[in-house]
Amino acid sequence: MHIDSGDTAWVLGSAALVLFMTPGLALFYGGMVRSKNVLAMMVANFATIAAVSIIWALLAYSIAFGPDAGHGLLGGLHFGGLANANDPVPGYDLSVPPLAFAAFQMMFAVITAALLTGTAAERTKFGGFLAFAVLWTVVVYAPIAHWVFSPSGWLAQRGVLDYAGGNVVEINSGASALALAFVIGRRHGWPREAVAPHSLPLTVMGAGILWFGWFGFNAGSALASDGLASQALIGTQLAACGGLLAWCGVEKFRTGQPTTLGAASGAVAGLVAITPAAGYVNSMAAIFIGLVGGVVGAYAVTVKFKAGYDDSLDVVGVHGACGLAGTLLVGVFASRTVNPGLRFTGLVDGGGAHLLGVQSLAIVCSIGWAFGMTWIVATVVQRTIGLRVSEDVEYEGLDTALHAESAYDFGNVRAGRLGG
Amino acid sequence: MKLITAVVKPFKLDDVKEALETYGVHGLTVSEVNGYGRQKGHTEVYRGAEYTVDFVPKVRIEIVVDDADASGVVGVIVKAANTGQIGDGKVWVTPVEDIVRVRTGERGPDAL
Repeated sequence: MHIDSGDTAWVLGSAALVLFMTPGLALFYGGMVRSKNVLAMMVANFATIAAVSIIWALLAYSIAFGPDAGHGLLGGLHFGGLANANDPVPGYDLSVPPLAFAAFQMMFAVITAALLTGTAAERTKFGGFLAFAVLWTVVVYAPIAHWVFSPSGWLAQRGVLDYAGGNVVEINSGASALALAFVIGRRHGWPREAVAPHSLPLTVMGAGILWFGWFGFNAGSALASDGLASQALIGTQLAACGGLLAWCGVEKFRTGQPTTLGAASGAVAGLVAITPAAGYVNSMAAIFIGLVGGVVGAYAVTVKFKAGYDDSLDVVGVHGACGLAGTLLVGVFASRTVNPGLRFTGLVDGGGAHLLGVQSLAIVCSIGWAFGMTWIVATVVQRTIGLRVSEDVEYEGLDTALHAESAYDFGNVRAGRLGG
Repeated sequence: MKLITAVVKPFKLDDVKEALETYGVHGLTVSEVNGYGRQKGHTEVYRGAEYTVDFVPKVRIEIVVDDADASGVVGVIVKAANTGQIGDGKVWVTPVEDIVRVRTGERGPDAL
């Protein structure tokens, strides 16, 4: 194993970039909830960093990337507790220390679990959500990461292409979010009462941090500081821009006014769509994929009103739908000109429909596992320690009821005094 | 004594205050309020979902004056707050039984 210092520096830096996405997500989501629930949203994200990082080190990393325990379904326990973590990662020819890889992948597990706070918004217990996130990381995230990311995984063996997590992060979180929305149920009053965002400035800042961190997510997935990382980075940028403009375009067409929330959501939709594709497609394809992400997202977020599930901050619509679009478009645009190591290429590279078939298989299996197992995990937590707060707590707001704090103090009328 | 309550457009507050100052009224209380009359609210759109916001922001001005001054003060407010558009607001007058200045304990018109 040859360790390259440039590659190592980039992967370690990318781990930090991806970590920063979760506080970014806390702002993105925090702005979208009502002011009585903003702290609960932010601390749920922040504490998810802690809970998932620890379970990753203890168990989940080994299930995802440990030596295959049979049929490409699960990794064994060789890396449990990060023991033997300096041994080579099976299937990878890394030029970085295996621990750098483990840290980089840890941040992916963190943000994927944190995405689910968006569906659970404004009605979920703090401890219940953390327990759910820990179980979910082991039961849902780690197996799918093994199937798709680990070269010994059964979908990877069939040639599925998922550069930075179109299946593992985006489709997985979208399908899991749908199951979670059904288990937790709708917020009281939704969709009849207006539950509008309380601070879009926070949301825009959060989207900006996500965009910034996504360079680590996608370009870091090259696991090297090279030309492919550069292609992934420029593709990521162009897709975000395409998504932003497309979403605003749809709004101009549908309701007459491009919105701030639409611009922020569109950038994220474009980033989601390019995630599976960033290291496989050229820059012009990246613009197209971003545009498709923006259009798909802008329409997908309206489905919940017709179907009646309260996916509060649109994890299904943005991550599920746009991740699915991007994963399929890999089957169209994946090219050996961009990435000479590809086993199968897409339609435009003369690879025929085979890759589209493999991508579709991965999509169906990821959705099936994520939806079914999330339903079970969420139900178990709901029936034991509880996931949903009482109606009183929901009306009062989670910030004061669960955390004994409020986010904003603008006046002096409420001034309290020390002690009871 | 009379309590004069005026609900007017927020951007007219400075005009009203200035006119009252010129007329000789040297104190008032202002609060930010929301409501609707003939003027209705607006529509907001978040990720394609349209919300109708019925209430329109207004400011409420409260002044306590001597009986003799009430009619004149009302006239000053109405003149200063008028734009001729729907949503200019309303002014009403209610009787006040007593009033106390907290600092000195003076009561009735002396406390004004």
